[in-house]
Amino acid sequence: MQQRNLWSVLSILAVVTAVACGGGGESESPTTSTPEPSAPAFDASTAGNVSGIVMYEGELPAGEELMMNSDPVCAMGATDTTSSTYVGGDGHLGNVFVYVKEGLEGQSFPVSTDVVALNQVGCRYTPHVMGIQVGQTLQILNSDPTLHNIHATPASNEEFNMGQPIQGMQFERTFDNVEVMVPFQCDVHGWMNAYIGVLDHPYFAVTATDGMFDISTLPPGNYVIEAWHEELGTQTQNVTVATGETAEVSFTFAIG
Amino acid sequence: MNWLHLYARLLCASTLALITAGGMVTSTGSGLAVPDWPNTYGYFMFSFPLSKMVGGIFYEHGHRMIASIVGLLTIGLVVWLARGESRRWIRRLGIVALATVVLQGLLGGITVLYFLPTPISVSHAGLAQIFFCLTVALTLFTSSGWRRDGEVTALSRHTAVSDDAAMMRLATALPVLVYIQILVGATMRHTGAGLAIPDFPLVFGGLLPPTWNGGIAVHYLHRVGAIVTTVVILTIVGHVFAHHRNRRDLLVPAWTLVVLVTIQIALGGWTVLSARAPVINTAHVATGATVLGIALLLALRTNRHRFPDAEVASSPVHTVKVTA
Repeated sequence: MQQRNLWSVLSILAVVTAVACGGGGESESPTTSTPEPSAPAFDASTAGNVSGIVMYEGELPAGEELMMNSDPVCAMGATDTTSSTYVGGDGHLGNVFVYVKEGLEGQSFPVSTDVVALNQVGCRYTPHVMGIQVGQTLQILNSDPTLHNIHATPASNEEFNMGQPIQGMQFERTFDNVEVMVPFQCDVHGWMNAYIGVLDHPYFAVTATDGMFDISTLPPGNYVIEAWHEELGTQTQNVTVATGETAEVSFTFAIG
Repeated sequence: MNWLHLYARLLCASTLALITAGGMVTSTGSGLAVPDWPNTYGYFMFSFPLSKMVGGIFYEHGHRMIASIVGLLTIGLVVWLARGESRRWIRRLGIVALATVVLQGLLGGITVLYFLPTPISVSHAGLAQIFFCLTVALTLFTSSGWRRDGEVTALSRHTAVSDDAAMMRLATALPVLVYIQILVGATMRHTGAGLAIPDFPLVFGGLLPPTWNGGIAVHYLHRVGAIVTTVVILTIVGHVFAHHRNRRDLLVPAWTLVVLVTIQIALGGWTVLSARAPVINTAHVATGATVLGIALLLALRTNRHRFPDAEVASSPVHTVKVTA
Protein backbone atom coordinates (compact mmCIF):
# COMPACT_ATOMS: atom_id res chain seq x y z
CA MET A 1 0.00 0.00 0.00
CA GLN A 2 2.87 2.34 0.82
CA GLN A 3 4.32 1.71 -2.62
CA ARG A 4 1.03 2.46 -4.27
CA ASN A 5 0.77 5.64 -2.31
CA LEU A 6 4.25 6.65 -3.31
CA TRP A 7 3.55 6.11 -6.97
CA SER A 8 0.30 7.94 -6.67
CA VAL A 9 2.03 10.92 -5.08
CA LEU A 10 4.73 10.89 -7.74
CA SER A 11 2.17 10.62 -10.51
CA ILE A 12 0.15 13.49 -9.13
CA LEU A 13 3.24 15.61 -8.72
CA ALA A 14 4.28 14.85 -12.27
CA VAL A 15 0.91 15.99 -13.54
CA VAL A 16 0.96 19.07 -11.32
CA THR A 17 4.43 19.91 -12.52
CA ALA A 18 3.33 19.46 -16.10
CA VAL A 19 0.60 22.00 -15.59
CA ALA A 20 2.55 24.38 -13.40
CA CYS A 21 5.79 24.60 -15.30
CA GLY A 22 4.29 25.74 -18.56
CA GLY A 23 5.72 29.19 -18.33
CA GLY A 24 9.22 28.02 -17.72
CA GLY A 25 11.58 30.91 -18.18
CA GLU A 26 13.22 31.12 -21.49
CA SER A 27 16.93 31.41 -21.35
CA GLU A 28 19.21 33.11 -23.75
CA SER A 29 21.04 30.23 -25.23
CA PRO A 30 24.78 30.51 -25.53
CA THR A 31 26.08 30.83 -29.03
CA THR A 32 27.05 27.48 -30.40
CA SER A 33 29.45 27.06 -33.20
CA THR A 34 31.24 24.47 -35.18
CA PRO A 35 34.48 26.32 -35.88
CA GLU A 36 36.30 26.07 -39.12
CA PRO A 37 39.04 23.48 -38.98
CA SER A 38 42.45 24.81 -37.99
CA ALA A 39 45.11 25.81 -40.45
CA PRO A 40 47.11 23.01 -41.99
CA ALA A 41 50.75 22.32 -41.18
CA PHE A 42 51.92 22.69 -44.76
CA ASP A 43 52.38 25.46 -47.29
CA ALA A 44 48.85 26.72 -47.68
CA SER A 45 49.72 28.30 -51.01
CA THR A 46 49.82 24.80 -52.50
CA ALA A 47 46.40 23.86 -51.14
CA GLY A 48 43.26 22.94 -52.99
CA ASN A 49 39.67 22.44 -51.93
CA VAL A 50 36.85 19.98 -52.12
CA SER A 51 33.30 21.09 -52.33
CA GLY A 52 30.14 19.37 -53.28
CA ILE A 53 26.64 18.40 -52.49
CA VAL A 54 24.83 15.52 -50.89
CA MET A 55 21.60 14.55 -52.59
CA TYR A 56 18.92 11.98 -52.05
CA GLU A 57 16.71 10.00 -54.37
CA GLY A 58 13.23 9.07 -53.36
CA GLU A 59 11.01 10.73 -50.83
CA LEU A 60 12.51 12.37 -47.78
CA PRO A 61 10.65 10.97 -44.76
CA ALA A 62 8.54 13.50 -42.98
CA GLY A 63 10.24 14.65 -39.82
CA GLU A 64 9.08 12.55 -36.90
CA GLU A 65 7.21 14.58 -34.31
CA LEU A 66 9.04 14.20 -31.02
CA MET A 67 6.90 13.50 -27.97
CA MET A 68 8.36 15.66 -25.23
CA ASN A 69 5.58 15.40 -22.70
CA SER A 70 7.65 13.39 -20.25
CA ASP A 71 9.22 16.70 -19.21
CA PRO A 72 6.87 19.67 -18.89
CA VAL A 73 9.71 22.12 -19.44
CA CYS A 74 10.46 20.52 -22.78
CA ALA A 75 6.84 20.10 -23.77
CA MET A 76 6.03 23.74 -23.08
CA GLY A 77 9.32 25.36 -23.98
CA ALA A 78 10.58 23.59 -27.07
CA THR A 79 10.20 25.49 -30.33
CA ASP A 80 11.36 22.68 -32.58
CA THR A 81 9.81 19.28 -32.03
CA THR A 82 10.72 17.69 -35.34
CA SER A 83 13.34 14.98 -35.58
CA SER A 84 16.71 16.01 -37.03
CA THR A 85 17.36 12.67 -38.67
CA TYR A 86 16.14 13.71 -42.12
CA VAL A 87 16.55 17.36 -42.93
CA GLY A 88 16.71 19.06 -46.30
CA GLY A 89 14.38 19.04 -49.25
CA ASP A 90 14.22 19.22 -53.02
CA GLY A 91 16.71 16.41 -53.26
CA HIS A 92 19.24 18.04 -50.93
CA LEU A 93 20.22 16.25 -47.73
CA GLY A 94 21.43 17.94 -44.57
CA ASN A 95 23.16 16.69 -41.43
CA VAL A 96 25.58 14.56 -43.42
CA PHE A 97 29.11 14.35 -42.09
CA VAL A 98 31.61 14.54 -44.96
CA TYR A 99 35.29 14.00 -44.30
CA VAL A 100 38.58 12.85 -45.71
CA LYS A 101 38.71 9.18 -44.92
CA GLU A 102 41.94 8.23 -46.70
CA GLY A 103 44.86 10.12 -48.20
CA LEU A 104 46.26 11.95 -45.22
CA GLU A 105 48.08 9.04 -43.64
CA GLY A 106 51.53 9.90 -42.32
CA GLN A 107 50.74 13.58 -42.02
CA SER A 108 50.08 15.37 -38.80
CA PHE A 109 48.02 18.46 -38.24
CA PRO A 110 47.91 20.83 -35.29
CA VAL A 111 44.94 20.46 -33.01
CA SER A 112 42.59 23.36 -33.32
CA THR A 113 42.51 25.62 -30.29
CA ASP A 114 38.93 26.57 -31.07
CA VAL A 115 36.41 25.23 -28.60
CA VAL A 116 33.59 23.29 -30.21
CA ALA A 117 30.26 23.65 -28.48
CA LEU A 118 27.51 21.11 -28.11
CA ASN A 119 24.54 22.88 -26.66
CA GLN A 120 21.39 21.50 -25.10
CA VAL A 121 18.69 23.97 -25.91
CA GLY A 122 14.98 23.43 -26.33
CA CYS A 123 15.60 19.85 -25.19
CA ARG A 124 17.58 19.22 -28.36
CA TYR A 125 21.27 18.88 -29.08
CA THR A 126 22.58 21.71 -31.21
CA PRO A 127 24.16 20.90 -33.57
CA HIS A 128 22.82 17.43 -34.27
CA VAL A 129 25.89 16.37 -36.27
CA MET A 130 29.34 17.87 -35.91
CA GLY A 131 33.04 17.15 -36.19
CA ILE A 132 36.01 17.64 -33.91
CA GLN A 133 39.70 16.82 -33.88
CA VAL A 134 41.37 14.41 -31.52
CA GLY A 135 42.47 16.47 -28.53
CA GLN A 136 40.30 19.46 -29.43
CA THR A 137 38.11 20.79 -26.64
CA LEU A 138 34.44 19.99 -26.73
CA GLN A 139 32.35 22.23 -24.53
CA ILE A 140 29.01 20.76 -23.50
CA LEU A 141 26.53 23.14 -22.02
CA ASN A 142 22.98 23.07 -20.76
CA SER A 143 20.93 26.06 -21.82
CA ASP A 144 17.65 24.53 -20.71
CA PRO A 145 15.86 25.21 -17.42
CA THR A 146 15.67 21.46 -16.87
CA LEU A 147 18.02 18.59 -16.18
CA HIS A 148 20.00 16.76 -18.82
CA ASN A 149 22.47 13.94 -18.70
CA ILE A 150 25.06 13.74 -21.43
CA HIS A 151 25.83 10.18 -22.24
CA ALA A 152 28.45 9.49 -24.90
CA THR A 153 28.61 5.90 -26.11
CA PRO A 154 31.76 5.69 -28.23
CA ALA A 155 33.35 2.47 -29.38
CA SER A 156 36.99 3.62 -29.45
CA ASN A 157 36.97 6.43 -26.90
CA GLU A 158 36.07 6.54 -23.23
CA GLU A 159 32.36 6.36 -22.48
CA PHE A 160 31.05 9.02 -20.14
CA ASN A 161 27.76 9.99 -18.58
CA MET A 162 27.54 13.35 -16.86
CA GLY A 163 24.66 15.20 -15.29
CA GLN A 164 23.85 18.86 -15.82
CA PRO A 165 20.95 19.55 -13.50
CA ILE A 166 21.22 23.35 -13.55
CA GLN A 167 20.73 25.73 -16.44
CA GLY A 168 24.01 27.24 -17.58
CA MET A 169 26.17 24.36 -16.44
CA GLN A 170 28.97 23.36 -18.75
CA PHE A 171 31.96 21.12 -18.86
CA GLU A 172 34.66 20.24 -21.32
CA ARG A 173 35.85 16.98 -22.77
CA THR A 174 38.37 15.82 -25.33
CA PHE A 175 38.61 12.62 -27.34
CA ASP A 176 41.75 10.53 -27.62
CA ASN A 177 41.00 8.42 -30.67
CA VAL A 178 39.64 8.76 -34.18
CA GLU A 179 36.03 7.62 -34.35
CA VAL A 180 33.26 8.19 -36.87
CA MET A 181 30.82 8.69 -35.21
CA VAL A 182 30.55 9.07 -31.43
CA PRO A 183 26.85 8.88 -30.47
CA PHE A 184 25.49 11.13 -27.75
CA GLN A 185 22.18 10.68 -26.00
CA CYS A 186 20.22 12.04 -23.10
CA ASP A 187 18.67 9.25 -21.05
CA VAL A 188 16.33 11.71 -19.36
CA HIS A 189 14.86 12.77 -22.67
CA GLY A 190 14.97 9.75 -24.92
CA TRP A 191 14.50 11.74 -28.13
CA MET A 192 17.73 13.72 -27.67
CA ASN A 193 20.67 12.41 -29.64
CA ALA A 194 23.66 13.78 -31.52
CA TYR A 195 26.70 12.50 -33.38
CA ILE A 196 30.25 13.77 -33.35
CA GLY A 197 32.91 12.68 -35.81
CA VAL A 198 36.37 12.60 -34.24
CA LEU A 199 39.29 12.86 -36.66
CA ASP A 200 43.04 13.38 -36.48
CA HIS A 201 42.88 16.09 -39.11
CA PRO A 202 40.72 19.15 -39.71
CA TYR A 203 39.24 18.15 -43.08
CA PHE A 204 35.58 17.59 -42.47
CA ALA A 205 32.26 19.35 -42.88
CA VAL A 206 28.57 18.88 -42.16
CA THR A 207 26.04 19.55 -44.88
CA ALA A 208 23.49 22.26 -44.35
CA THR A 209 19.88 21.78 -45.38
CA ASP A 210 20.86 22.64 -48.96
CA GLY A 211 23.17 19.60 -48.95
CA MET A 212 26.24 21.71 -49.67
CA PHE A 213 29.64 21.28 -48.06
CA ASP A 214 33.14 22.67 -48.39
CA ILE A 215 36.41 21.23 -47.22
CA SER A 216 39.09 23.80 -47.79
CA THR A 217 42.86 24.13 -47.71
CA LEU A 218 43.66 20.51 -48.40
CA PRO A 219 47.16 19.46 -49.38
CA PRO A 220 47.30 18.42 -53.03
CA GLY A 221 46.80 14.70 -53.44
CA ASN A 222 44.41 11.83 -53.95
CA TYR A 223 41.74 11.27 -51.34
CA VAL A 224 38.84 9.09 -50.40
CA ILE A 225 35.98 11.26 -49.22
CA GLU A 226 33.25 9.65 -47.16
CA ALA A 227 29.75 10.92 -46.51
CA TRP A 228 28.01 9.57 -43.38
CA HIS A 229 24.34 9.76 -42.53
CA GLU A 230 22.88 8.36 -39.32
CA GLU A 231 20.20 6.32 -41.09
CA LEU A 232 21.35 6.06 -44.67
CA GLY A 233 24.88 4.83 -43.94
CA THR A 234 28.01 5.84 -45.78
CA GLN A 235 29.23 6.46 -49.30
CA THR A 236 32.73 7.13 -50.55
CA GLN A 237 34.18 8.95 -53.54
CA ASN A 238 37.74 9.20 -54.85
CA VAL A 239 38.92 12.68 -55.61
CA THR A 240 42.13 14.36 -56.73
CA VAL A 241 42.94 17.75 -55.29
CA ALA A 242 45.27 20.02 -57.21
CA THR A 243 46.89 23.24 -56.08
CA GLY A 244 44.58 26.18 -56.29
CA GLU A 245 41.69 24.16 -57.59
CA THR A 246 38.43 23.01 -56.15
CA ALA A 247 37.43 19.43 -56.78
CA GLU A 248 33.71 18.81 -57.01
CA VAL A 249 32.17 15.77 -55.38
CA SER A 250 28.59 14.71 -55.12
CA PHE A 251 26.90 11.93 -53.20
CA THR A 252 23.43 10.55 -53.72
CA PHE A 253 21.68 8.45 -51.10
CA ALA A 254 18.71 6.36 -52.06
CA ILE A 255 15.78 6.57 -49.66
CA GLY A 256 13.15 3.89 -49.47
CA MET B 1 -3.91 -10.77 14.21
CA ASN B 2 -0.52 -11.96 13.02
CA TRP B 3 1.11 -8.54 12.58
CA LEU B 4 4.53 -9.95 11.77
CA HIS B 5 3.07 -11.91 8.88
CA LEU B 6 1.21 -8.85 7.63
CA TYR B 7 4.43 -6.87 7.79
CA ALA B 8 6.20 -9.60 5.81
CA ARG B 9 3.39 -9.42 3.26
CA LEU B 10 3.94 -5.70 2.95
CA LEU B 11 7.64 -6.28 2.32
CA CYS B 12 6.83 -8.95 -0.26
CA ALA B 13 4.37 -6.71 -2.11
CA SER B 14 6.81 -3.80 -1.95
CA THR B 15 9.49 -5.98 -3.47
CA LEU B 16 7.22 -6.91 -6.34
CA ALA B 17 6.51 -3.20 -6.84
CA LEU B 18 10.27 -2.59 -6.79
CA ILE B 19 10.83 -5.23 -9.48
CA THR B 20 8.07 -3.64 -11.53
CA ALA B 21 9.66 -0.21 -11.14
CA GLY B 22 12.99 -1.71 -12.16
CA GLY B 23 11.29 -3.18 -15.19
CA MET B 24 10.06 0.27 -16.17
CA VAL B 25 13.60 1.64 -15.83
CA THR B 26 14.91 -0.90 -18.31
CA SER B 27 11.88 -0.81 -20.59
CA THR B 28 12.07 2.96 -20.97
CA GLY B 29 15.85 2.98 -21.37
CA SER B 30 16.19 5.13 -18.26
CA GLY B 31 18.95 3.16 -16.55
CA LEU B 32 21.45 5.98 -16.96
CA ALA B 33 19.06 8.91 -16.64
CA VAL B 34 20.61 9.58 -13.26
CA PRO B 35 24.34 9.46 -13.90
CA ASP B 36 25.55 9.53 -10.30
CA TRP B 37 25.04 7.16 -7.37
CA PRO B 38 24.20 7.07 -4.50
CA ASN B 39 23.37 10.74 -4.99
CA THR B 40 20.95 11.97 -7.63
CA TYR B 41 22.39 14.84 -9.69
CA GLY B 42 24.42 15.76 -6.65
CA TYR B 43 21.43 15.81 -4.34
CA PHE B 44 21.14 13.52 -1.34
CA MET B 45 18.69 10.92 -2.57
CA PHE B 46 15.81 11.86 -0.30
CA SER B 47 16.19 15.59 -0.89
CA PHE B 48 16.01 15.42 -4.67
CA PRO B 49 13.16 17.76 -5.67
CA LEU B 50 10.08 15.97 -6.89
CA SER B 51 9.65 18.69 -9.51
CA LYS B 52 12.84 17.48 -11.14
CA MET B 53 11.61 13.92 -11.51
CA VAL B 54 11.06 14.23 -15.24
CA GLY B 55 11.61 11.95 -18.20
CA GLY B 56 13.84 9.00 -17.43
CA ILE B 57 14.65 10.41 -13.98
CA PHE B 58 11.10 9.64 -12.89
CA TYR B 59 11.69 5.94 -13.42
CA GLU B 60 15.29 5.68 -12.26
CA HIS B 61 15.00 7.89 -9.19
CA GLY B 62 11.58 6.40 -8.40
CA HIS B 63 13.17 2.96 -8.53
CA ARG B 64 15.85 4.08 -6.12
CA MET B 65 13.30 5.56 -3.74
CA ILE B 66 11.23 2.39 -3.67
CA ALA B 67 14.43 0.39 -3.21
CA SER B 68 15.25 2.52 -0.18
CA ILE B 69 11.82 1.85 1.28
CA VAL B 70 12.23 -1.88 0.69
CA GLY B 71 15.63 -1.72 2.37
CA LEU B 72 14.15 0.03 5.40
CA LEU B 73 11.28 -2.44 5.55
CA THR B 74 13.79 -5.29 5.47
CA ILE B 75 15.72 -3.79 8.36
CA GLY B 76 12.44 -3.50 10.22
CA LEU B 77 11.66 -7.14 9.55
CA VAL B 78 15.04 -8.28 10.80
CA VAL B 79 14.57 -6.30 14.01
CA TRP B 80 11.05 -7.66 14.44
CA LEU B 81 12.24 -11.22 13.87
CA ALA B 82 15.09 -10.74 16.34
CA ARG B 83 12.67 -9.57 19.01
CA GLY B 84 9.63 -11.71 18.35
CA GLU B 85 10.51 -14.85 16.40
CA SER B 86 11.45 -17.96 18.34
CA ARG B 87 12.66 -19.99 15.35
CA ARG B 88 16.34 -19.24 14.91
CA TRP B 89 16.50 -20.36 11.27
CA ILE B 90 13.85 -17.80 10.35
CA ARG B 91 15.74 -15.07 12.16
CA ARG B 92 18.81 -16.07 10.18
CA LEU B 93 16.83 -16.07 6.96
CA GLY B 94 15.84 -12.48 7.71
CA ILE B 95 19.50 -11.52 8.03
CA VAL B 96 20.24 -13.26 4.73
CA ALA B 97 17.46 -11.20 3.16
CA LEU B 98 18.96 -8.01 4.55
CA ALA B 99 22.41 -8.90 3.24
CA THR B 100 20.85 -9.68 -0.14
CA VAL B 101 19.05 -6.37 -0.42
CA VAL B 102 22.21 -4.48 0.56
CA LEU B 103 24.18 -6.35 -2.09
CA GLN B 104 21.39 -5.68 -4.56
CA GLY B 105 21.64 -1.95 -3.87
CA LEU B 106 25.39 -2.05 -4.44
CA LEU B 107 24.93 -3.89 -7.73
CA GLY B 108 22.42 -1.26 -8.78
CA GLY B 109 24.93 1.48 -8.04
CA ILE B 110 27.78 -0.31 -9.78
CA THR B 111 25.77 -0.92 -12.91
CA VAL B 112 24.97 2.80 -13.13
CA LEU B 113 28.53 3.94 -12.49
CA TYR B 114 29.90 1.54 -15.10
CA PHE B 115 27.28 2.29 -17.78
CA LEU B 116 25.15 -0.84 -17.44
CA PRO B 117 27.63 -3.64 -18.13
CA THR B 118 25.57 -6.67 -19.11
CA PRO B 119 26.95 -9.10 -16.47
CA ILE B 120 26.25 -6.62 -13.67
CA SER B 121 22.83 -5.68 -14.99
CA VAL B 122 21.82 -9.33 -15.39
CA SER B 123 23.15 -10.06 -11.89
CA HIS B 124 21.11 -7.13 -10.59
CA ALA B 125 18.01 -8.60 -12.26
CA GLY B 126 18.78 -12.10 -10.99
CA LEU B 127 19.49 -11.07 -7.41
CA ALA B 128 16.24 -9.10 -7.37
CA GLN B 129 14.39 -12.37 -7.93
CA ILE B 130 16.39 -14.08 -5.20
CA PHE B 131 15.47 -11.34 -2.77
CA PHE B 132 11.85 -11.54 -3.85
CA CYS B 133 11.93 -15.29 -3.18
CA LEU B 134 13.31 -14.62 0.29
CA THR B 135 10.45 -12.26 1.03
CA VAL B 136 7.94 -14.83 -0.28
CA ALA B 137 9.51 -17.48 1.95
CA LEU B 138 9.55 -15.22 4.99
CA THR B 139 5.93 -14.30 4.37
CA LEU B 140 5.01 -17.97 4.24
CA PHE B 141 7.12 -18.97 7.23
CA THR B 142 5.60 -16.29 9.43
CA SER B 143 2.05 -17.24 8.48
CA SER B 144 -0.35 -18.99 10.81
CA GLY B 145 -1.02 -21.56 8.11
CA TRP B 146 2.62 -22.59 8.00
CA ARG B 147 2.70 -23.07 11.75
CA ARG B 148 -0.60 -24.91 11.68
CA ASP B 149 0.65 -27.22 8.95
CA GLY B 150 3.53 -28.13 11.21
CA GLU B 151 1.21 -29.38 13.87
CA VAL B 152 0.04 -32.91 14.41
CA THR B 153 -3.47 -32.29 13.11
CA ALA B 154 -2.22 -31.74 9.60
CA LEU B 155 0.12 -34.66 9.60
CA SER B 156 -1.75 -37.18 7.52
CA ARG B 157 -2.05 -35.01 4.45
CA HIS B 158 1.59 -34.01 4.70
CA THR B 159 2.62 -37.61 4.96
CA ALA B 160 0.79 -38.25 1.71
CA VAL B 161 2.79 -35.58 -0.08
CA SER B 162 6.12 -36.49 1.47
CA ASP B 163 5.64 -40.02 0.19
CA ASP B 164 4.99 -38.74 -3.31
CA ALA B 165 8.44 -38.60 -4.86
CA ALA B 166 7.17 -37.38 -8.24
CA MET B 167 5.33 -34.45 -6.66
CA MET B 168 8.37 -33.56 -4.60
CA ARG B 169 10.63 -33.58 -7.64
CA LEU B 170 8.28 -31.58 -9.83
CA ALA B 171 7.45 -28.96 -7.22
CA THR B 172 11.08 -28.53 -6.23
CA ALA B 173 12.30 -28.29 -9.81
CA LEU B 174 9.71 -25.73 -10.88
CA PRO B 175 11.07 -22.62 -9.11
CA VAL B 176 14.58 -23.52 -10.26
CA LEU B 177 13.31 -23.84 -13.81
CA VAL B 178 11.41 -20.55 -13.61
CA TYR B 179 14.45 -18.81 -12.16
CA ILE B 180 16.65 -20.02 -15.01
CA GLN B 181 13.99 -18.90 -17.44
CA ILE B 182 13.99 -15.45 -15.82
CA LEU B 183 17.79 -15.26 -16.04
CA VAL B 184 17.64 -16.09 -19.74
CA GLY B 185 14.97 -13.43 -20.13
CA ALA B 186 17.12 -10.91 -18.24
CA THR B 187 20.07 -11.71 -20.48
CA MET B 188 17.87 -11.21 -23.53
CA ARG B 189 16.60 -7.96 -22.11
CA HIS B 190 19.97 -6.53 -21.16
CA THR B 191 21.65 -7.50 -24.42
CA GLY B 192 18.93 -5.89 -26.49
CA ALA B 193 17.81 -9.21 -27.99
CA GLY B 194 14.14 -8.74 -27.19
CA LEU B 195 13.30 -8.29 -30.86
CA ALA B 196 16.00 -10.56 -32.27
CA ILE B 197 13.11 -12.76 -33.37
CA PRO B 198 10.58 -10.26 -34.68
CA ASP B 199 7.49 -12.46 -35.05
CA PHE B 200 5.30 -14.42 -32.67
CA PRO B 201 4.28 -17.17 -32.13
CA LEU B 202 6.34 -18.38 -35.08
CA VAL B 203 10.04 -17.82 -35.44
CA PHE B 204 10.86 -16.04 -38.69
CA GLY B 205 7.75 -17.67 -40.10
CA GLY B 206 8.72 -21.19 -39.01
CA LEU B 207 9.72 -23.19 -36.00
CA LEU B 208 13.47 -22.68 -36.21
CA PRO B 209 15.46 -19.55 -37.01
CA PRO B 210 16.97 -19.66 -40.50
CA THR B 211 20.15 -18.16 -39.11
CA TRP B 212 21.74 -17.95 -35.69
CA ASN B 213 23.60 -15.36 -33.68
CA GLY B 214 23.89 -14.62 -29.98
CA GLY B 215 20.73 -12.52 -29.82
CA ILE B 216 18.60 -14.98 -31.74
CA ALA B 217 19.94 -17.88 -29.68
CA VAL B 218 19.14 -16.32 -26.30
CA HIS B 219 15.73 -15.19 -27.54
CA TYR B 220 14.93 -18.64 -28.92
CA LEU B 221 16.12 -20.25 -25.69
CA HIS B 222 13.72 -18.02 -23.75
CA ARG B 223 10.82 -19.20 -25.92
CA VAL B 224 11.80 -22.85 -25.55
CA GLY B 225 12.10 -22.27 -21.81
CA ALA B 226 8.56 -20.90 -21.77
CA ILE B 227 7.26 -24.09 -23.39
CA VAL B 228 9.16 -26.31 -20.98
CA THR B 229 7.97 -24.29 -17.98
CA THR B 230 4.37 -24.48 -19.19
CA VAL B 231 4.58 -28.25 -19.62
CA VAL B 232 5.97 -28.67 -16.11
CA ILE B 233 3.26 -26.45 -14.64
CA LEU B 234 0.51 -28.38 -16.44
CA THR B 235 2.04 -31.64 -15.25
CA ILE B 236 2.05 -30.40 -11.67
CA VAL B 237 -1.56 -29.28 -11.89
CA GLY B 238 -2.58 -32.64 -13.27
CA HIS B 239 -0.63 -34.43 -10.59
CA VAL B 240 -2.04 -32.35 -7.75
CA PHE B 241 -5.53 -32.76 -9.11
CA ALA B 242 -5.13 -36.52 -9.43
CA HIS B 243 -3.34 -37.30 -6.18
CA HIS B 244 -3.72 -34.39 -3.74
CA ARG B 245 -7.09 -32.94 -4.55
CA ASN B 246 -7.76 -32.47 -0.83
CA ARG B 247 -4.74 -30.18 -0.53
CA ARG B 248 -6.28 -26.81 -1.29
CA ASP B 249 -3.01 -25.15 -0.28
CA LEU B 250 -1.39 -26.93 -3.25
CA LEU B 251 -4.29 -26.89 -5.66
CA VAL B 252 -4.83 -23.13 -5.51
CA PRO B 253 -1.24 -22.12 -6.29
CA ALA B 254 -1.04 -24.80 -8.98
CA TRP B 255 -4.11 -23.46 -10.77
CA THR B 256 -2.88 -19.91 -10.20
CA LEU B 257 0.30 -20.86 -12.01
CA VAL B 258 -1.70 -22.07 -14.99
CA VAL B 259 -3.51 -18.74 -15.20
CA LEU B 260 -0.32 -16.74 -14.70
CA VAL B 261 1.75 -18.65 -17.23
CA THR B 262 -1.03 -18.19 -19.80
CA ILE B 263 -0.99 -14.46 -19.16
CA GLN B 264 2.79 -14.49 -19.20
CA ILE B 265 3.03 -16.13 -22.63
CA ALA B 266 0.49 -13.67 -23.99
CA LEU B 267 2.49 -10.78 -22.55
CA GLY B 268 5.69 -12.20 -24.02
CA GLY B 269 4.12 -12.32 -27.45
CA TRP B 270 2.62 -8.88 -27.01
CA THR B 271 6.01 -7.54 -26.01
CA VAL B 272 7.46 -8.71 -29.30
CA LEU B 273 4.52 -7.60 -31.43
CA SER B 274 4.39 -4.19 -29.74
CA ALA B 275 8.13 -3.71 -30.33
CA ARG B 276 8.72 -3.79 -26.58
CA ALA B 277 6.13 -1.28 -25.47
CA PRO B 278 7.39 -0.32 -22.00
CA VAL B 279 4.20 -1.08 -20.06
CA ILE B 280 3.71 -4.48 -21.73
CA ASN B 281 7.37 -5.34 -21.38
CA THR B 282 7.29 -4.44 -17.70
CA ALA B 283 4.10 -6.39 -17.10
CA HIS B 284 5.94 -9.40 -18.55
CA VAL B 285 8.74 -8.88 -16.01
CA ALA B 286 6.34 -8.49 -13.09
CA THR B 287 4.28 -11.52 -14.07
CA GLY B 288 7.45 -13.56 -14.41
CA ALA B 289 8.42 -12.64 -10.86
CA THR B 290 4.93 -13.55 -9.65
CA VAL B 291 5.16 -16.95 -11.35
CA LEU B 292 8.46 -17.52 -9.57
CA GLY B 293 6.98 -16.50 -6.22
CA ILE B 294 3.97 -18.81 -6.57
CA ALA B 295 6.19 -21.68 -7.77
CA LEU B 296 8.35 -21.20 -4.70
CA LEU B 297 5.27 -21.16 -2.48
CA LEU B 298 4.15 -24.46 -3.97
CA ALA B 299 7.60 -25.98 -3.55
CA LEU B 300 7.87 -24.89 0.08
CA ARG B 301 4.44 -26.24 0.96
CA THR B 302 5.22 -29.50 -0.79
CA ASN B 303 8.43 -29.79 1.18
CA ARG B 304 6.82 -28.72 4.45
CA HIS B 305 7.90 -31.87 6.29
CA ARG B 306 11.58 -31.13 5.63
CA PHE B 307 11.67 -27.91 7.66
CA PRO B 308 13.05 -27.74 11.21
CA ASP B 309 9.73 -26.69 12.70
CA ALA B 310 7.98 -29.72 11.19
CA GLU B 311 9.76 -32.24 13.37
CA VAL B 312 6.67 -32.95 15.37
CA ALA B 313 4.61 -33.42 12.28
CA SER B 314 7.00 -35.85 10.68
CA SER B 315 7.49 -37.92 13.79
CA PRO B 316 6.39 -41.56 13.27
CA VAL B 317 4.84 -41.55 16.74
CA HIS B 318 2.49 -38.77 15.80
CA THR B 319 1.82 -40.41 12.47
CA VAL B 320 0.38 -43.36 14.31
CA LYS B 321 -1.69 -41.12 16.52
CA VAL B 322 -3.23 -39.24 13.67
CA THR B 323 -3.83 -42.08 11.31
CA ALA B 324 -5.13 -44.44 13.95
